[in-house]
Amino acid sequence: MNTDYNLKKRRYVIAGFIIVLVCIYIFRLFTLQVTDDKYKANAISNAFLRRVIYPARGLMYDRNGRLLVFNQPAYDVMLIPKDVGKSLDTVALCEVLNLTKEELEKKWADMKDPRRNPGYSAYTPQKLISHLSQEDYGRLQEKLYLFPGFFVQKRTIRQYSSPAGANILGNIREVSANDIEKDEYYKAGDYTGDLGVEKSYEKVLRGIKGEEILMKDAHGRIKGKYEDGIHDVAPESGKNLTLSIDMDLQEYGEKLMAGKIGAIVAIEPATGEILCLVTSPNYDPSLLIGKQRGKNYADLVRDPLKPLYDRSIQGAYPPGSTFKPTQGLIFLQEGVVTTSTMYPCHHGYINKLRVGCHGHASPIALKPALQTSCNAYFCWGFKNMIDKRGTTPRNQLEKWKNYMVEMGYGYRLGIDLPSESRGFIPNPDFYSSSFRGANWSGNSIISISIGQGEVLATPLQIANLGATIANRGFFYTPHVVKEISGDKIDSKYKEKHTPHIKKEYYQDVAEGMRMAVLGGTCRTANLPGIEVAGKTGTAQNPHGKDHSVFMGFAPYRDPRIAVAVYVENAGFGATYGVPIGSLIIEKYLNGEISAARKGIEERMLNSNTISSSGVKKH
Amino acid sequence: MELRNTDTNVSMFRNLDWITIILYIILVGAGIFSIYAASYDFDNASILDFNEFSGKQLVWAGLGLLLGCVVLLIDYRMYEAYAYPIYGVVLLLLLVTIFVAPDIKGSRSWLVFGPVSLQPAEFGKFATALALAKLFDNYNFNLNQKLSNYFRALIIIFLPIILILLQKETGSALVYISLIFVLYREGMSGLILFSVLCAVVYFVVAVKFADPLILGIPMGEFTVLLIISLIFCCMLLFYCKDIIIARNVIFGYVISGVIVGILATFGIDINGAVYFLSMLGIGCIYVAIAMFRQRIEKFLITIAFAAVSVMFLFSVNYVFTNILQPHQRQRIKVTLGIVEDLRGAGYNVNQSKIAIGSGGVTGKGFLNGTQTKLKYVPEQHTDFIFCTIGEEQGFIGATAVLILFLALILRIVHIAERQRTPFGRVYGYCVASYLIFHLSINVGMVLGLCPVIGIPLPLFSYGGSSLWGFTILLFILLRIDAARRERRD
Repeated sequence: MNTDYNLKKRRYVIAGFIIVLVCIYIFRLFTLQVTDDKYKANAISNAFLRRVIYPARGLMYDRNGRLLVFNQPAYDVMLIPKDVGKSLDTVALCEVLNLTKEELEKKWADMKDPRRNPGYSAYTPQKLISHLSQEDYGRLQEKLYLFPGFFVQKRTIRQYSSPAGANILGNIREVSANDIEKDEYYKAGDYTGDLGVEKSYEKVLRGIKGEEILMKDAHGRIKGKYEDGIHDVAPESGKNLTLSIDMDLQEYGEKLMAGKIGAIVAIEPATGEILCLVTSPNYDPSLLIGKQRGKNYADLVRDPLKPLYDRSIQGAYPPGSTFKPTQGLIFLQEGVVTTSTMYPCHHGYINKLRVGCHGHASPIALKPALQTSCNAYFCWGFKNMIDKRGTTPRNQLEKWKNYMVEMGYGYRLGIDLPSESRGFIPNPDFYSSSFRGANWSGNSIISISIGQGEVLATPLQIANLGATIANRGFFYTPHVVKEISGDKIDSKYKEKHTPHIKKEYYQDVAEGMRMAVLGGTCRTANLPGIEVAGKTGTAQNPHGKDHSVFMGFAPYRDPRIAVAVYVENAGFGATYGVPIGSLIIEKYLNGEISAARKGIEERMLNSNTISSSGVKKH
Repeated sequence: MELRNTDTNVSMFRNLDWITIILYIILVGAGIFSIYAASYDFDNASILDFNEFSGKQLVWAGLGLLLGCVVLLIDYRMYEAYAYPIYGVVLLLLLVTIFVAPDIKGSRSWLVFGPVSLQPAEFGKFATALALAKLFDNYNFNLNQKLSNYFRALIIIFLPIILILLQKETGSALVYISLIFVLYREGMSGLILFSVLCAVVYFVVAVKFADPLILGIPMGEFTVLLIISLIFCCMLLFYCKDIIIARNVIFGYVISGVIVGILATFGIDINGAVYFLSMLGIGCIYVAIAMFRQRIEKFLITIAFAAVSVMFLFSVNYVFTNILQPHQRQRIKVTLGIVEDLRGAGYNVNQSKIAIGSGGVTGKGFLNGTQTKLKYVPEQHTDFIFCTIGEEQGFIGATAVLILFLALILRIVHIAERQRTPFGRVYGYCVASYLIFHLSINVGMVLGLCPVIGIPLPLFSYGGSSLWGFTILLFILLRIDAARRERRD
């Protein structure tokens, strides 16, 4: 019986065994379920397919409500590599997608390349091919069951109603690795705006992505929406934009500039809204849609005439004589001259050096000087200002520079388009270093008084000057987006900028410019029924023939349009700048060109300065 | 007669162990809900739909309860009296099954009767338990008295194992191995149980840690040799209780260990195998010389244990690398976590771990398990049913189920111990052993701790045969237990 008693104790060994085992299992459950999050993530990646629902990108209208940019469906071939399996019938896939085996392999390799596609994972949807045509899509949809793990994602690509305005509208491209890194909104294969409004208003246009959570079973079959879609997030469409652009005017401007290199900028002075922003040569924005985008983009980049370069806001040119009104304003404000101050002009400014001028009466006051575009007047004024007694040229130039900056020169104006150039307005330090410490005076930097030499301005800045004079002393930062549906445009475009120059001086300058149209350099712009004020420019440049420039506004008393025209290597301002500028004004204000001026229009439409200038291009 | 009979029945119902019955009902009920959850699909019907697994299981459970009542109504003496005939009939059934059963996934273990299939192997459990109980119930039967008694017990255990192996149902056959617990309880030397435990530990350690080398031998081998040396010392100290010899041997190990350590730091590596083997050899010779003085048997056992351990270790290495087929090696490696094979052998276990792991503390809620609904875990309603609990009821639910099972097993051990006859006790321990084996292997496999051996979770998994088998097993015990006071009173 003693042994029996000992054996009875063995129940504790057996009970102890199962108790210890259950404790081990509970501990294991604890580590699996409570301390380790990995399995939750695994279950989610197993069961849920998070499919992005792309929002419709915002549309663009012009100021008259004309639809400019809209969306059209495109189809991307997506796949989840893990679900594709080894038995993929590549031959059938090539046939359906209309690809060669090599093309398919290339696309497959690109998809897996971590440099091209940093978000690659075998467990998430990846894009194999973008922009399937409607017919390829139809064929694939029919055969999709043959290719497990594949699905088609509907996307939208842009469509343009007009071949004009590419520089304003911009286009969209697939995001780069860099974009994905900078903004976590983007995933590989997304689109983002490139150039133009598409880029600068990307965040407004793109909307907010939605997401639907689908469930897939162990065989990769979609089993419907998770909890009937209550966790789905509907996409929020991008906001529509109304541009300030008048697309008819834009198209007309582009036609006028055909065969020429340069830019036209037209602004509504009262608001700073840009009416047209022509750069030439330009390109059809439809070239940068869809499959052929890559090739066409490369062609545009290689084009020696640089169509992707928006000369209207990126081109920094010598402003030439269109600069003279700014000088007149500064001289008046600084008291260097009054409207009755006369300066001599004997075919130029002759004071140790000589700046040539053309034949007109001498001596000459401000308004006639503007009318005839007298170089000598502005040289004398500038010399007298910089070399003023009792102060230094440094101080005076500093003052001069500040006026110029107030008038919108030397810095970016802040247009709502990417890559605006700031032009160039020299300050005293610039001259101190460029003269290597030697003394400089008004005389040594005299050429900037007539918009030559170091000063550079964009056509936009020149047009902005036109708008400021039209307004008799203030401007709004020029911008191309007039309205955002359901939102406000940036408040900086509602802010009035007023240079510290009296309104009456603007009136004086405006009168000078009006005289230039009535009986001076801008006579071609003397339109019947419209009072135009203007200023020509003939900008000398190191690249060849002079640039032909015009800056003006109309109507004189109640300005509705300010315009700047810049035609590279086209000669006198009066030859191209004035006719083109006046045609733009006439077209905008009257809607058509009067019969008397059809000849001018004809000449402008058909002339070609690229071939005649003999200039390759900078 | 009539009156007395009713009386017996009344006292029988009063004496029934209701705790076990309640645990049984809770587990079967929870099982039905889990099966419903496991086979739930989107276009799914009610839990009572008899075309669904849960509905069918409900039918099985209802009939099972009826079967249980029948078992209770039969006189307990019948089970004693007919233990061997029942065993014989079931063995015959198992034998017949091998020849008449259709081939289902490579196994011939199912008897098909129209829409219903039965697996005789599940009924072998109670028959074997009855036969084993009957054997031990012989007057003055003592396992250690004669070697032939061992053989008789082992024959009863191994006959069904062989027949079920012939049906290619390895999992069900292995269950009978668990009856070693019964033999242990009835007097088998604890050393055997200890040896089995050691063999498992040696195997796992030696195979799992094949990689880093320590003193010129794999870390696993080094560790096992270290364990053998430790056991050797411990046996000398606690089993042989000879403090002087144990002290001398331990002293020798410490001195030599320090020397080897110092040499190793100076870059002179003594081969670990040579070191341990020579130390064990010297130890054994020393013990052998010393033992002539006293307690010969225990010293011999100690020496034999060390020798067999070393031989086992080296044969494991040999068998593993030279005899096992690559796919078998792969399976073992996957189980031990040496390699990950998510497409092949490891897929089930990985998906099952994901299902359980994603449940968190409180689970995803009834019918909300995505792993389940979307069929990521194969065999989810049968062998992998525990996943469903883990995923939908979380840590709390899974722990509760484990504790329910633990309570059931401990209750059965308790019932077994309160029996006044070896028959009742042995039978009770058989039931406990089966449950221990099923629970540890099934849950261990779902948690990725044991190799995948296809056996169900008792009372829980879908399947009529398994449910009925365990119901009969349990209710016979309850019947015997209810009559415990009547006996020899």
